[in-house]
Amino acid sequence: MSEGSDIPPAGSQPADGDAEPTETHHWWRLIAVWVVASAILDPLFYVLAGPHIPPGRMTDTAGGAQFDFNVLLAIALPVLLGVWIFMIYAIVIWRASRGGPDPVGGPAARGNTSIQVGWILTTTVIVLFLAGFGTYELVQPGGAGGGQGPSPIWTPTSHTVLPVQVIGQQWKFTYRYPTYGGFETTELVIPDHTTIAFHVTSLDVIHSFWAYQLGVKADANPAQDNVAYTTTAQLGSFTVRCSELCGIWHGAMYNSGRVVSPTAFQAWATATQESLQANTKLLPPFSYTYIPDANGADGGLYPDNVDPYSKIQTYGATPAKPTSKG
Amino acid sequence: MSKQWKITIAIGSFVVAALGVMFAVLALAKEPPSVDYAAGHEVGQPVNVTLQTVGSYGLAPHPTWVSYMTRSPQGGWVHTTLWQVPAHTRINVTIYNYDSGSPLRNQQIGLVTGTIGNVAHLNGKTIHLVNSNAGNGVGHTFSIPTLGINIPLYGNNGNANLCAVAPCSRKSPNQVIKFSFMSPGPGQYPWQCFVPCALGYLYGNGGPMQTIGYMDGFMQVVS
Repeated sequence: MSEGSDIPPAGSQPADGDAEPTETHHWWRLIAVWVVASAILDPLFYVLAGPHIPPGRMTDTAGGAQFDFNVLLAIALPVLLGVWIFMIYAIVIWRASRGGPDPVGGPAARGNTSIQVGWILTTTVIVLFLAGFGTYELVQPGGAGGGQGPSPIWTPTSHTVLPVQVIGQQWKFTYRYPTYGGFETTELVIPDHTTIAFHVTSLDVIHSFWAYQLGVKADANPAQDNVAYTTTAQLGSFTVRCSELCGIWHGAMYNSGRVVSPTAFQAWATATQESLQANTKLLPPFSYTYIPDANGADGGLYPDNVDPYSKIQTYGATPAKPTSKG
Repeated sequence: MSKQWKITIAIGSFVVAALGVMFAVLALAKEPPSVDYAAGHEVGQPVNVTLQTVGSYGLAPHPTWVSYMTRSPQGGWVHTTLWQVPAHTRINVTIYNYDSGSPLRNQQIGLVTGTIGNVAHLNGKTIHLVNSNAGNGVGHTFSIPTLGINIPLYGNNGNANLCAVAPCSRKSPNQVIKFSFMSPGPGQYPWQCFVPCALGYLYGNGGPMQTIGYMDGFMQVVS
């Protein structure tokens, strides 16, 4: 504080013969403690806690989300330390002693140019950095795992992209594999080290496909093909939840999926294609979206978009060209 | 306005608001009775659950609503979708479907899943799936999604003289669907019909499709 730097801080008592620290000394002490604590704890946090921050690193988009959280926490930690250190310092150094004089207020911060300019500059730098960083991270990597609509801004460069259609309906998700004959199942199984293109749609109201550990979240809108990409990086299981309030059983609209080795995936997909063959014949041809009968109470699943699956190079077998129905 | 009047109006408003909240809470807390299949159950013995579906319940407060009914162990039909079963027990389910059918919005739910052997029996015939685009289509499903259980209920001919007031008797046109599954550990498991059968509501999924006691319920598994 520049004004009244000779005024003793609140609650301080001049001791006989002792040189009382000036306010400038208090600030330098606080800043020194804060810098040392931040310099030690920030890297420690990043190295020790960082790898365990959700949602993990099962995919590149999950890893991207984890990195973003770590950057935010690394920025927030010095701010938190600053507040705590000031609080503790004030409690220890400037507390009123028993039987001593009443605490006296320190100099007013109002009108203090240094503090005001410092505060505005610091917060402006932090906010502008976060705005730029956040905007960049929304696009990289892999579109951040968010639904990018039918015409994604970010598209994969990989030549082995597995398309999986996610179909939401009140109240469950089913998954359709267009490059494996278009079978539809309640199981979500995907291969490791592969780019997945989730094509998310709905048969009724708005749902949201949230595969938490995959770092993927995309709204499921009726008559919309919402595309989200991710590239798997670890084997394991993950949870899928609906994250858009969609009716009485919204809370029960969840299931789990698995990331398996490419060999295991191939075996599972082939076996499932075979076991579901009879029902797959009864499904409508694969389409990005489906329009149910407007009647609502009945009616089959009518393809709305009958283009063949050709947006990106496909994984596995070449899909048969869908034909129009209805 | 005098101070006395102000106090009277304030107290009166508070009483009216409190009564409104109380009635709203009581109305929301009201739920159908629960049929207890677990009472007196002998370990190792199966439990028989019997249900029926009817196109219109026929009685107040929602006579036009489609509904499930549950038969109690004592033999009477109860308008409820809440029942208790013992844990880790074979549950033999019989459903009498008195409603008509239609093509499914998603034929994936035409598959029989989660039952013992992944099969059901339609009028005595073993089935793995129902082609909803053929015959009378599918009227409803009995599904417990968290357990992977799904059974499509083949419909009746919509032109037949279908039962319109629950409980229906076997004299009305009906389809008999039987299947078995093993109950899991203790817990509450929501079950539902996946056919959007609530005509007149948004996408067919309003009204009875979102009301406990009609087309949704809980299977409470007790130890």
